[in-house]
Amino acid sequence: MSALDGYNFAYLDEQTKRMIRRALLKAVAIPGHQIPFGSREMPLPYGWGTGGIQVTAAIIGPADTLKVIDQGADDTTNAVSIRRFFASLAGVATTTRTAEATIIQTRHRIPERALTVDQIIVYQVPQPEPLSKLQPSRAETRRMHALSEYGLMHVKLYEDVARFGEIAISYDYPVMVNHRHLMSPSPIPAFDNPKLHRMAALQLFGAGREKRIYAIPPHTDVKSLDFEDHPFRASRAPHPCGICGSNSSYLDEVVTDNEGGRLFVCSDTDYCSENSK
Amino acid sequence: MAYVAVKGGEAAIDNAHAWLAEERRGDPSVAEIEVAQIETQLGRAIDRAMGEGSLYDRKLAALAIKQAQGDGIEAAFLLRAYRTTLPRFNHALPIDTETMAARRRVSAVFKDLPGGQLLGPTYDYTHRLLDFSLATTGADSREVASETVAASQKMPRVHDILGHEGLIEPDHRTGAEPGDLTREPLSFPAGRDIRLQALARGDEGFLLAMGYSTQRGYGGTHPFAGEIRQGTVAVEIVPEELGFALDIGDIEITECQMVNQFAGSKTTPPQFTRGYGLVFGTSDRRAMSMALVDRAMRAAELGEDTNAPAQDIEFVLYHSDNIEATGFVEHLKLPHYVDFQSELESIRRIREASATTE
Repeated sequence: MSALDGYNFAYLDEQTKRMIRRALLKAVAIPGHQIPFGSREMPLPYGWGTGGIQVTAAIIGPADTLKVIDQGADDTTNAVSIRRFFASLAGVATTTRTAEATIIQTRHRIPERALTVDQIIVYQVPQPEPLSKLQPSRAETRRMHALSEYGLMHVKLYEDVARFGEIAISYDYPVMVNHRHLMSPSPIPAFDNPKLHRMAALQLFGAGREKRIYAIPPHTDVKSLDFEDHPFRASRAPHPCGICGSNSSYLDEVVTDNEGGRLFVCSDTDYCSENSK
Repeated sequence: MAYVAVKGGEAAIDNAHAWLAEERRGDPSVAEIEVAQIETQLGRAIDRAMGEGSLYDRKLAALAIKQAQGDGIEAAFLLRAYRTTLPRFNHALPIDTETMAARRRVSAVFKDLPGGQLLGPTYDYTHRLLDFSLATTGADSREVASETVAASQKMPRVHDILGHEGLIEPDHRTGAEPGDLTREPLSFPAGRDIRLQALARGDEGFLLAMGYSTQRGYGGTHPFAGEIRQGTVAVEIVPEELGFALDIGDIEITECQMVNQFAGSKTTPPQFTRGYGLVFGTSDRRAMSMALVDRAMRAAELGEDTNAPAQDIEFVLYHSDNIEATGFVEHLKLPHYVDFQSELESIRRIREASATTE
């Protein structure tokens, strides 16, 4: 008898999955709006992707093929751990190929390869409230969302411009979803923000510790906040990938020696290997 | 690159788990610790793991402590992750602490009272001198004087004694089904039922520090330990098909009724108010801290100023849970190099721009 006998398919019981699916349906109906849900204690720690895992567990079926990435890579320890969790508790097929996956659970990146309408991307979200650094009270931010009262965020961006000459948010860059809700895209680099806009795939966001779910339905307008005279710009390290030579992918900077030597390589490992062929 | 070397993740995890198991076992020339030993001899550690794990099961708590190498938060986490998979088939009736089989009952507000003062197995008056005789095993044959008050003998609660004169606020019995924050997400304003549930499973260190802060002037409540009682109570359920209550077992608990000053308001004459603490097992510290923080969080309800951390319901409730807290604090060790890279690019660009304008 395996140690995992006795658990339901994909760990969560069916009532819990139903509760999460209801939250997901609400989330899809109101793009970018945070839906509170009865987040369960998971056998992985909070902060390791418990929200994303619960969303994936609620939507995954035996026919799905799952890809899990962390920092764009399939081999990072946490991605390995979550992929194993579903491989053992749902027995689903897993892949590292973006094109082959039906569900992609991610932490901190969106794959370089454009996702299709047949795919779902599930983001792990540490802090779903985009206003949290400006207003710590959730009772208050909830009111601000209800009234579309986002002046505080615009002031923050303006202060950045005044102090640094540009908007100095480089990741978890706030976006306006469907012209209505301010949303945290999770801590993806601002480089990935344009991919959120009118993406063909369904985008689901799960925050386990904070007990919130939100979503962006396919083909929804997603605008990164900016000013007319300081338009949003996505930036990457100004180098080609040291492995595949890509000039357009997001790069990790790898320190190679003690003399300041650097190697820049694609953060998306699947894209890099496809591109190297 | 050691912990995230490309294609190294799988092997690294397996090796880490194997090493952990070896370390847990420790020196193989020393006998392996038995779960039953933990269960019967490390009772206070069990109590805390059960409280913070929100699961009353001494055997499982002992197993969790063994598996966690004695790390209390890790043990509570194991219990919580197990608890969440259990089906819920019924709700217990409210326990009646007045019929507790008490082994400890002390009041700091009356010298004597019906039911008496009962010291019980407490560390309170021990001298904290290391007892080197405990360093050797097998020589222990002490006489035990146990004087549990039988469950049939009622021990009136101190606030009932004060209540006869109307000097203390009465019980607020709404009759409503209490909320459950393990099933429903927190929302604010959070009712007292939810607040007490959060405190009952909150981190003991956090509760202690918050309670302590109220004593040092951050939201003072002028508390008196009206009563602390500790012992076993029966848990009863009413199965739908039977329609009458069944005793399903006993649990050990510690209850603290704090008596606090209240100046009164335009509508209410001055009377004592109450803070309440109830925890699994034996822990005056935990129950008393809980009662202090419970009372502090009632400041707004009682029309008092609310400017101290312990009075801020949102602050206390969002930060009392050590499983959530440890997860989020420790997640900082997960790779963040994509975000760090974006910060690097940003800071290089801003520095370049400021260098060219100078």
